[in-house]
Amino acid sequence: MTRLLLLLALLLAAPAHAQIGDTTYRLEDPALEARARAVGRELRCLVCQNQSIEDSDASLARDLRILVREQIAAGASDEETLRFVHQRYGDFVLLRPPVGIHTVLLWATPVLFLGGGLIAIVLTRRRRAATGIGDTELSAEEKARLARLEGPPPP
Amino acid sequence: MSTMSPSRRRVLLYAPLAVAGAAGLGFWAMLRGLQDGSFNPRGVPSALIGRAPPDFALPEVEGANLPAFAAGDLRGTGRPVLVNFWASWCVPCIIEHPQLMALHREGVPVLGVNYKDRPADARSFLQRHGNPFARLGADQPGRVAIEWGVYGVPESYVIGRDGLVKWRWAGPITAEMMPELRRLLA
Repeated sequence: MTRLLLLLALLLAAPAHAQIGDTTYRLEDPALEARARAVGRELRCLVCQNQSIEDSDASLARDLRILVREQIAAGASDEETLRFVHQRYGDFVLLRPPVGIHTVLLWATPVLFLGGGLIAIVLTRRRRAATGIGDTELSAEEKARLARLEGPPPP
Repeated sequence: MSTMSPSRRRVLLYAPLAVAGAAGLGFWAMLRGLQDGSFNPRGVPSALIGRAPPDFALPEVEGANLPAFAAGDLRGTGRPVLVNFWASWCVPCIIEHPQLMALHREGVPVLGVNYKDRPADARSFLQRHGNPFARLGADQPGRVAIEWGVYGVPESYVIGRDGLVKWRWAGPITAEMMPELRRLLA
């Protein structure tokens, strides 16, 4: 029980946001800095590969964070900034890859799995119906026997 | 449950075996690819393949006595060239160096980009291991590397006769890769 409570508490705890200690290149305007961070969270650090450039301490991630801030400070929109990095590093740099010919399988996987599961369920149910399981009507003989069993015990 | 025919039961019995067999084959192919360099699980495909290299101009490495280069120097050379991003602090670059020296001796133009390095360190690296570079540019801020989509050193690019990027390798060029690389650079 305690373990379960502990697990629940862990699940409910807000994820701690790692902050990169180096503040020298943060933008002074908090609105611009917030936009830069949002853009940075969309970009994969290519060195660690499972972190965004905002979360990573790799030197390339640092360079890209600076680059994103430069672009945003120079008046580029979020999309333009993302496109700038995307053009250089390809689809892999985007943590949310675009839908395309070579990513269609990736995006379609949930639908394929759900659809496959549904088809499997329908097929099993159909087969069960065909083999006679599921027909639960009792025959007259069985009903009589059941009534006898349920009746008051003989004295 | 007694309705299952014996042949159907046999199929179900062997299905896991077949799956394991297929997985084994796939794993074997992966290991082979890892060995000859055709498969790199951490590799990131380059966005530059089939495109012209980005526009850039690099300063020379101080005191190295080698001409620097810019995007224009990659065009119209009449033969494929190898562009190599390296640094003196990069350990895999030492593993790669003999292969670069071999290509240099064979007459391949190897153009070096010295990434985030101190000129004195770069010079002593070349003194100790030999200089394979026909031209050498310094990218101390690492900005030109970002333009190329470089995500670590060493990284190498083959620029074809037409001036377009033909091939990219992230990681050291090993002796096993040389036949393929020679074919690309021929």
